[in-house]
Amino acid sequence: MACSATAQIIQPLSINSARSVDNSDACTKTLSPSSFLGSTPRINKKLFAVNKSISPLARRPTTVFAVSSDVVKEKKLKSNSSLSNLLITKKEGLELYEDMYLGRAFEDMCAQMYYRGKMFGFVHLYNGQEAVSTGFIKLLKKEDYVVSTYRDHVHSLSKGVPAREVMSELFGKTTGCCRGQGGSMHMFSKEHNVLGGFAFIGEGIPVATGAAFTSKYKREVLKEDCDEVALAFFGDGTCNNGQFFECLNMAALWKLPIVFVVENNLWAIGMSHVRATSDPQIWKKGPAFGMPGIHVDGMDVLKVREVAKEAIDRARRGEGPTLVECETYRFRGHSLADPDELRDPAEKAHYATRDPITALKKYMAENKLVSEAELKAIDKKIDELVEDAVEFADKSPVPARSQLLENVFADPRGFGIGPNGKYRCEDPKFTEGTAQV
Amino acid sequence: MFEALREGLEEEMDRDPRVCVFGEDVGHYGGSYKVTKGLAQKYGDLRVLDTPIAENSFTGMAVGAAMTGLRPVVEGMNMGFLLLAFNQISDNCGMLHYTSGGQFTIPTVIRGPGGVGRQLGAEHSQRLESYFQSIPGIQLVACSTVYNAKGLMKAAIRSENPVVLFEHVLLYNLKERIPDEEYVLSLEEAEMVRPGEHITILTYSRMRYHVMQAAKTLVNKGYDPEVIDIRSLKPFDLYTIGNSVKKTHRVLIVEECMRTGGIGASLTAAINENFHDYLDAPIVCLSSQDVPTPYAGTLEEWTVVQPSQIVAAVEQLCK
Repeated sequence: MACSATAQIIQPLSINSARSVDNSDACTKTLSPSSFLGSTPRINKKLFAVNKSISPLARRPTTVFAVSSDVVKEKKLKSNSSLSNLLITKKEGLELYEDMYLGRAFEDMCAQMYYRGKMFGFVHLYNGQEAVSTGFIKLLKKEDYVVSTYRDHVHSLSKGVPAREVMSELFGKTTGCCRGQGGSMHMFSKEHNVLGGFAFIGEGIPVATGAAFTSKYKREVLKEDCDEVALAFFGDGTCNNGQFFECLNMAALWKLPIVFVVENNLWAIGMSHVRATSDPQIWKKGPAFGMPGIHVDGMDVLKVREVAKEAIDRARRGEGPTLVECETYRFRGHSLADPDELRDPAEKAHYATRDPITALKKYMAENKLVSEAELKAIDKKIDELVEDAVEFADKSPVPARSQLLENVFADPRGFGIGPNGKYRCEDPKFTEGTAQV
Repeated sequence: MFEALREGLEEEMDRDPRVCVFGEDVGHYGGSYKVTKGLAQKYGDLRVLDTPIAENSFTGMAVGAAMTGLRPVVEGMNMGFLLLAFNQISDNCGMLHYTSGGQFTIPTVIRGPGGVGRQLGAEHSQRLESYFQSIPGIQLVACSTVYNAKGLMKAAIRSENPVVLFEHVLLYNLKERIPDEEYVLSLEEAEMVRPGEHITILTYSRMRYHVMQAAKTLVNKGYDPEVIDIRSLKPFDLYTIGNSVKKTHRVLIVEECMRTGGIGASLTAAINENFHDYLDAPIVCLSSQDVPTPYAGTLEEWTVVQPSQIVAAVEQLCK
């Protein structure tokens, strides 16, 4: 993908437009314009039954355009030397596998723990979407920022937050990453630069934009050596929300170092993406704001990684934001409270065959990158890690009452001055959590 | 007053390079009320950022920037516009310090003009202090004089907590001599405007001037009102207020806020709870009418509390 150094002009690639795409590498879905997409629940069957589609080319002479990840993968395969024309090294492969397996094992354990009454409330699991998290986050540095939504356990894990802390947080214990005060939907880590965990969709996108702004500010105003990048993860439902568009505008306007990653799993609880969106092809919304819009197969971690590399590097170089739409799928319901009756079993079965972990295993086996034994060792290690996390969380203490009033204000003088002339936070009952505020 | 606010802002921006301003027309235009005039030329377009018209998103951006090390000052061109940013102010500004278990601080200042102006119409004349009151994790302050405007601006910027600073459209042109030396006021303290013996009048922002006008009349009639500008709308300075109540035993609250669930309502509850034994009469609260501000001048005048009403209320209370 050639990106010229000037402004936003990106030279179109010359791609063989007659290339046919097989089913498992679905890039785009052509939608028949005559069908009213909102009309019947069965319409979705048509969607992924497609696929002799052509990769999205620049059909009009605009300055930015969208690229299919297949192109990237192919180009890379062709351009590399014959010695190592694989997309990843063995070390990278193992790292990716381990991260995805950790995500899967952790989420499965969450489900178990939920049904055993160890965690409560709304828990949204990430099964099936691991390729997106791993593909993007494993390319980041520790100083880079990640902002997510309520489906944030795996983003936090990929970014480096210890499984113990995430599990404790889910159990509501003080040893959790947010001292038990956040919960499933509010995972934060200052150390690993995970800026949340937001319950309302779209709420996190401006926060990510702000983090990207800080990066630019540090570079240009404070003259620090800073090339931190922010990644904002959100779903297809969010792409109809005002905050999404407002931030696309601002990020492109100021060339902020941010990548907007859309995890399009086709469903917003029970609302199918095509029933909610006038133009379901989200990647198209990027060029409308002056940034590249890319569609990638989100079930293939290698493709995601290739696209991510380019998008993140672009941001680091100061060329501005990118919108990446990852076509992915969640194997479980929206949350553990969702009976998941609306989605077509055939659709679920289709995507189950595209399980990202299985796909990576297959790739590595075919290319003789790793041995079965090595993968099994990783499986065992992760299983033990998750077990350990549960044990740790179980044994951890619940928050004491004294924690109730802490952390409401960074400066607790914000609770004001009490009738006795002293600040309320100086009241001894404050530390007990029983002071009147 | 707008110059005092600007001075306060400028001094803080000089002192700490992480202080920046986000808002509509704050940069090249210099701010709709000239509070940021000249700052963009001095500090550059990135430090004094002209945003597109996207309140919710740029307030969210300020939250993200604050979490990652900057100290943004968000200007709402009118406080009413910040209703669009309510999601970010309430959920993110107010709550993130808590939900992150104390990991991230949000040292933002959200400021802008509010209150009833001169026939600006309903949506530009909103009295929103009550709307923000219940949000946990934020502090609300209202400035009323040139002196306290600068002091509160500086204090708000230096505070680690998110602060909402309410300015008033009609007070920007107030003139007053202020000290050359640097001074910072406390965000949580109230201001004693006029000590007295007969009755405690609690007020803030523009109503302070109506109260002082009424006070002149009252003094002529032989009353001795104690006037306190509470300044800190959340949390209340119950010490200053309490001492006053213990002295005078009568309380009148005069505010521009909406009556229902307003600052006055909360203050009445707080005083009743804490100082009930010291009261000789029920607390009277004069607030603006619970109506959208009408355009017509006469109607607009009767929406807010006028000095004559204050005089009548004091006379009634002191019988």
